[in-house]
Amino acid sequence: MRDIAVVAFAQTEHQGEDSGLSEVELLAPVITEVKQSTGLSRFGFTCSGSLDYLAGAPFSFVSALDAVGAWPPISESHVEMDAAWALYEAWVRLRHGDVDTALVYGFGKCSQVVREDGESGLPELMTLQLDPYYLAPLGPDQTSLAALQARAYLDAGHKEDDLRAVAVRSRAAGRANPYALDLAEPGEEEYEVAPLRPSDCPPVTDGAAVIVLAAGDRARELCERPAWIRGIDHRTDAHAFGARDLARSESAALAGERAGARDVEVAELHARFSHEELILRDALGLGDDVRVNPSGGPLAADPVMATGLIRIGEAANRIRSGEAGRVLAHASHGPCLQSNLVCVMEAQNHG
Amino acid sequence: MGEACAVIGVGQTHYRSRRNDVSMAGLVREAALRALEDAGLTFGDIDAVVVGKAPDLFEGVMMPESYLADALGARGKPMMRVHTAGSVGGSTALVAAGLVQGGVHDRVLVVAWEKQSESNATWALSTHPPLTPSIVVGAGGYFAPHIRAYMRRTGAPAHIGTLVAVKDRQNALKNPYAHLRIPGISREMVESTPMLWEPIRYLETCPSSDGAAAMVLASADAARRAPNPPAWVHGGAMRSEPIFFAGRDTVSPRAGRDCAADVYAQAGITDPRYELDCAEVYVPFSWYEPMWLENLGFCGAGEGWKLTEAGATALDGDIPWNPSGGVLSSNPIGASGLIRFAEAAQQVRGLAGEHQVDGARRALGHAYGGGAQFYAMWVVGSDRP
Repeated sequence: MRDIAVVAFAQTEHQGEDSGLSEVELLAPVITEVKQSTGLSRFGFTCSGSLDYLAGAPFSFVSALDAVGAWPPISESHVEMDAAWALYEAWVRLRHGDVDTALVYGFGKCSQVVREDGESGLPELMTLQLDPYYLAPLGPDQTSLAALQARAYLDAGHKEDDLRAVAVRSRAAGRANPYALDLAEPGEEEYEVAPLRPSDCPPVTDGAAVIVLAAGDRARELCERPAWIRGIDHRTDAHAFGARDLARSESAALAGERAGARDVEVAELHARFSHEELILRDALGLGDDVRVNPSGGPLAADPVMATGLIRIGEAANRIRSGEAGRVLAHASHGPCLQSNLVCVMEAQNHG
Repeated sequence: MGEACAVIGVGQTHYRSRRNDVSMAGLVREAALRALEDAGLTFGDIDAVVVGKAPDLFEGVMMPESYLADALGARGKPMMRVHTAGSVGGSTALVAAGLVQGGVHDRVLVVAWEKQSESNATWALSTHPPLTPSIVVGAGGYFAPHIRAYMRRTGAPAHIGTLVAVKDRQNALKNPYAHLRIPGISREMVESTPMLWEPIRYLETCPSSDGAAAMVLASADAARRAPNPPAWVHGGAMRSEPIFFAGRDTVSPRAGRDCAADVYAQAGITDPRYELDCAEVYVPFSWYEPMWLENLGFCGAGEGWKLTEAGATALDGDIPWNPSGGVLSSNPIGASGLIRFAEAAQQVRGLAGEHQVDGARRALGHAYGGGAQFYAMWVVGSDRP
């Protein structure tokens, strides 16, 4: 099989509040950016990830096509998942051998999900992704379920201070990342939902991200130092919380094993709550020598549906800049880390 | 196209207005188990699961594939969710086939579904987000003007739509899974129904259905061990174009023509009317049969309605379209495209039952969506390409 690499990545300067831009307006400049950096105006395949419920209307991805320039008509598809899965679909498509380049993008404008009292409605909105018969009617919001998982993790022998350390490090890294939000160092905070404090939870974020994949020689032409995908795999766990051990992630461990999650220098994890990073470190076998989320990760910017794709782009950037030789990116889908994707990239092309 | 890929199992639920006897999980599992039985497999044999459906607002469950993972035996496996508007059933099949063609998996379960009775699709399609006000009610409100434009452009007489409505419902009487089975269906009956969106009458439009369809797609290796005949994928393609721009041909969109040309080229087809034995084409409003006959190259521009009028697309015509009864007879929206793809496969497997086209060896499956801007198609055949 031919080798496939990330050859370009662009993201918006993510915003913590509504900047007045529509989704298409968020997307258009970053798509233009990768077109310019690669010199490509057409791609063999295009795939995106977005969520209708963020806009509260069907077909969010339809108007997004206006940002791509889909004329003459393009070969294109869409997943109602984080765009990391759109990248997976594009990676599969490039393996067929008849096309050499793919455009992948994701976007999320979370600022438009607002409750009547002015607070973010996102945690409550995500209740709608639960089993509609037995779970959703109970009304657990996303933060409460995350807290349940955090509690399960702490009960397995960990300390709340471990969560704080993740939050402090993530926010500091985010302040150093021009694309992430500028969030203050966590001080004394009340619980959001115990044991999680506000800084353990993802900030409301608007943003978009784009990646260009290319195969074989085309990748070498388009990029001086492509980030070659050495392994990519995703796995799902059962949905019912009672049917899995929330303190661990079997699906992340399995995906990591199959994608080759070892000997990596940097890992970008789609950990939207502090404890998720710790669960994922365990599942993926990441030791203390691995730099985790040097971008600040989702705790510093979480444009839902692009957040996982950004992990792949940020990890690829460490290769493309020459900082690292082997990196790992992770994306998650579904409540409490139900599904997990792991992508391992290298500077060296062994193919 | 990569590695060879074959359909080795097909499963459908009975399509109904309300499947109150099953949950959403029960519905998809019913189709999946039938596909597995056809393929002689169990969930344990499946490498990956691909789920497709139309907008989540149709049931009010966000990204429901997460909840469906348990019912579809997906635990510990890769699971994906495709959404490309009305074409999604077709796109989902192509994404699943892509996993086999890309050499990633040997046996992929693909399931598409909709449970329209959980909500109201017409109103889910008529939301009023800020900045982009909806100017139509439901899909018919969007498509009716394009049908009018087709009639004006080609001079097609007004009864052509009625003929399609009757023909597809007659076919549905031969399909035990079909939702609308109307004994004695006739032109008079169709013409006596109310006008919904001029020129579309009630019986010229698709029903709202609950239902799911599933297929097992396999590599050549896995297909060899299948108990029933396979349908081989000879070509597959997707195309998209923006919904609004000046000069766009909304009657015969270029994305549809390009998509068909791509699939025919892969399958080595130069004259689809003569080289294909039948077609399952996404016709949710009767007039889309003559419109797609032209768009898909079964005849020249302005000739589509003449084929319909002459009976060429009837079950006993030279190129039967929608022998299953089509979308006009069953429409669980997210599954409708996959049903087209699966029915095309059943024809070339010789397993279509009472609506089998004698000796069918190559068939087209087609789906479209959005503002007639998203297309997914495949050609399947009884011979390995």
